[in-house]
Amino acid sequence: MEWMAWTWPTAAFFGVIAILLITFTVLAIRFPETPRTGILQIETTRGDRLFITLLGSAFINLAWLGLVGENQPYALIVCFVYAAAVFRWV
Amino acid sequence: MEKTVNQKAWFLVLPVLLLVAFSAVIPLMTVVNYSVQDSFGNNQFFWWGIGWFEELLHSDRMWSALWRQLAFSAIILAIEVPLGVFVALNMPKKGFWASFCLVLMSLPLLIPWNVVGTIWQIFGRVDIGLLGYTLAALGIDYNYTQDAVDAWITVIVMDVWHWTSLVALLGYAGLQSIPDAYYQAAKIDQASRWKVFRYIELPKMMGVLMIAILLRFMDSFMIYTEPFVVTGGGPGNATTFLSIDLVKMALGQFDLGPAAAFSLMYFLVILLISWVFYTVMTNLEKREG
Repeated sequence: MEWMAWTWPTAAFFGVIAILLITFTVLAIRFPETPRTGILQIETTRGDRLFITLLGSAFINLAWLGLVGENQPYALIVCFVYAAAVFRWV
Repeated sequence: MEKTVNQKAWFLVLPVLLLVAFSAVIPLMTVVNYSVQDSFGNNQFFWWGIGWFEELLHSDRMWSALWRQLAFSAIILAIEVPLGVFVALNMPKKGFWASFCLVLMSLPLLIPWNVVGTIWQIFGRVDIGLLGYTLAALGIDYNYTQDAVDAWITVIVMDVWHWTSLVALLGYAGLQSIPDAYYQAAKIDQASRWKVFRYIELPKMMGVLMIAILLRFMDSFMIYTEPFVVTGGGPGNATTFLSIDLVKMALGQFDLGPAAAFSLMYFLVILLISWVFYTVMTNLEKREG
C-alpha cells in the first residue's frame, strides 16, 4: 500500500466514518425504529441524521477554515454541538 | 400467517458492493488522501495538512469558477425547464405525429457530448459556420472566441439545444399519465386553460419535473466536454467552469494536492444540492401517496 501514499490522519478519518457506519448498522438491526418528522419537516431515521451531521460537519469545517482560519480543532466543537442539535431536533 | 423476516437477500448485493468499492469508494478515499499531501512527481508525497483547503478557500480562481458554474446551471435550468414544459404541453398526444415528435425530440439526446461541441464549434464560426456567417452577414458582431458574452450565449444555447428534449420528454411522460376524467371534470367546471395547467397538469408533472431538474442540475454542474470543445474555457477564463478548471489543475499543471482538495469541495457542493433535491422529491411523493 506504500505506493498509494496512505497517511495516518486519512486512515483515522475513514476509520471513524467506518466505525460510525458499523455502529449505526448494528443499532438499526438491534433497535429498529420508525422515522420521525423534525423541524425540517422531513421524515428522518438515525441514518439520515448521521448523514446530515457528517455533511454539515464538512461544511462547518470548511467555513471555519475560510472565515476564522486558525485553531481548526475548535471547529470540531461546533460540529459536536451541531450533531447534538441534529439528533435532538431534526 | 406470520411473515418471516429474512435479510439474507442482502448478501446478493455483495458483488455490486465490491465493484462500487473499487470503482468509486477507494478512488474517492485516494482523493481525500491526496488532498492533505503535496507531490513533486515520482510518486513521492509530503504531508501538507489542510494547507490546500486553506489556499483554495482564499483563491479567486476557485470562487470565480464556482460562481460561473452556479450562474450557468441557474440560467440553463431557468430556460430549459419552462421551455421543456411548454414543448411537452404542445406535443401531439397520440397518432403518427406523436411518435414523430418523440423521435425528433430524442435525437439531440443521442449525440455524444464532444460531437455536440464540435457541431456548435463549427456552426458558430464566422468564416465557415452557418450561424456565425449569417449573423455576420446581418451585421451582428458575433465572435465566440473573442467576446465573453458571445461565448456564454453560445454555450448556453448549445446546452438548451442538447438537453431541453430531456425535460420535454419527461414532462410528456408525466402528462400522458393523467386520466381523461381529470380534463372532463375541468371542462364541466369551465376551468380556463391556465387553471387546467396550474391545478391538474403541473401537480401531476411535479414528480418527473423534479427528476428532470435534478438530472439537469447535476449534468450542468459537472459539464466539461461541450464548453471545452467549443471555447476551451475562453476567452480568457470567461467560460472556465469548475470541471474545466479542475482538469487544468489536475492534469495540465499536475497539482494533485490542490486538485484533490478542489474536487472534494466540488463533491460536497454536489452532494448537498443533490441531497436537498432528493429529500424534496421523496417528500413530495409521500405527501401525494
